[in-house]
Amino acid sequence: MAIPFDQILIQTVNGLVNGMILALVASGLTLIFGIMDVVNFAHGDLVMLGAFVGATTIAATGSFWLAFLVAALVIAVFGAALQASTLRPLLGRDPLTTILATFGISLVLQKYALWQWGPSARKIQEPITGQFAMFYLEYPWYRVATAFFAGAIIGAFWLFLKYGRYGIWIRATMQDRIMASAMGIPVPLVHTAVFAIGAAMAAASGVLFGPLGGVTQTMGFDFTLRAFIVVVVGGMGNLGGSILAAIFISLLEAYASIIVSPSQAVIVSFMALILTLLFRPTGLFVPTPK
Amino acid sequence: MLALENVHTYYGKSHILHGVSIEVGPGEVVGLLGRNGVGKSTTLKTIMGLVRPADGRVAFEGRGIGGMAPHRLAHLGIAYVPEDRRIFRLLTVLENLRTGLDRPGLTDRRREELLQKVYGSFPVLRERRDQAGGTLSGGEQQMLAIARAMMLEPKIILLDEPTEGLMPRMVSQIRDIIQVLHRDGVAILLVEQNVPLTLEASSRVYIMEKGVVRHHAPAAELRANQAVIHQYLGV
Repeated sequence: MAIPFDQILIQTVNGLVNGMILALVASGLTLIFGIMDVVNFAHGDLVMLGAFVGATTIAATGSFWLAFLVAALVIAVFGAALQASTLRPLLGRDPLTTILATFGISLVLQKYALWQWGPSARKIQEPITGQFAMFYLEYPWYRVATAFFAGAIIGAFWLFLKYGRYGIWIRATMQDRIMASAMGIPVPLVHTAVFAIGAAMAAASGVLFGPLGGVTQTMGFDFTLRAFIVVVVGGMGNLGGSILAAIFISLLEAYASIIVSPSQAVIVSFMALILTLLFRPTGLFVPTPK
Repeated sequence: MLALENVHTYYGKSHILHGVSIEVGPGEVVGLLGRNGVGKSTTLKTIMGLVRPADGRVAFEGRGIGGMAPHRLAHLGIAYVPEDRRIFRLLTVLENLRTGLDRPGLTDRRREELLQKVYGSFPVLRERRDQAGGTLSGGEQQMLAIARAMMLEPKIILLDEPTEGLMPRMVSQIRDIIQVLHRDGVAILLVEQNVPLTLEASSRVYIMEKGVVRHHAPAAELRANQAVIHQYLGV
């Protein structure tokens, strides 16, 4: 069976668009894991909360971009409070403890969203409505814009890590928490700040994703799962690896969905996860550790 | 300036320090000698807040600091150069130094002065400033660890076996930098196995055995009469 070239190209664009949003979610997840060894199972629910805060703000103000900012800020503050109250006391404990704790948080957030916003899905109106012709499809510009926007946020954060005065605090703490502390870096504050940044990135993804997939209180689980696969495939705690893995996994799924249905295409992600764990447990896109 | 009184420290259930008392005056270089495993490194870790003393008092400039977080101790003026150096391996040499420089309240000018000063003392760090810390040789990593501590403009540096495993040429560079720090008025608590270097660099020396200080004397006295050294260190 020959696969038409136009389908491959369309799926490449789809894969890249999905991959960039996923990369934004996974960046936060990998960052939080890298710096405090916490696998945040509530990460997708921060995406969901961000999307709801965004939808509510749009309903009140009519401005997508204002909603985007409000959602990121509100969820950043919420994330900071969550980290300081719930995760900070568990730091350094058995990983199972933090997994259970974040899983519990995830359930609480979902039930809160159900109580606060009800069971029906909300739609966020996209701020850019134009379309362009791609073969037989009218492809929305907004989808392309989300990829650029997610890329810009990741790029800005990367520049901050590399050149920002306090970016060095994050990188040093990631490598050696104890020595960072001995160098006068306020490690507990850095942990809280990183969690807040990760939460803001999740919320930003939620608002960006809103017009594409709708906003429901159960949307978080899918993001957690996919981001988790990406973080493992990219190498736990490795930011660059996670971004590459997000694009890689999304492209894989997009191409697979040419042949099988999209819900079956998810299987290739799990295969990638299992193969990575079996043959390259440190991650696909990292040099073999010395 | 720094005083430990009857400090007891445990790792889990094992009792490491059994009542250690040590004092370091402002600008003073004090040696801490003893065989492996007598609690010298643990003493430094206890001061730096990396292990919590179970009993006794640790004071800095008259204020109790037992159990305080390491970053707050660093702000008070205590810097730590660990035995295993703990260079940030993936950060460049300059970024390693920036971990101590990029702090609030430091002007760009002062930042540059501090950097130029350590580059003056350790020219090799200037040459390698854009190289990852993990790619340096052992001796260079030791210099970087000391230089990094100097970025904090500390009042005291806790130096844990700075010459361990280094070539003689490197050892003499470490000796020089201890003198420079001393001239600048920085106090040093020097843990060492290298007895001649410690006796030469320090004004006073404590000798530890099995988690307690067994002997305390001016370095000059020990230089003149090495019987005590033989007794406790077997060298």
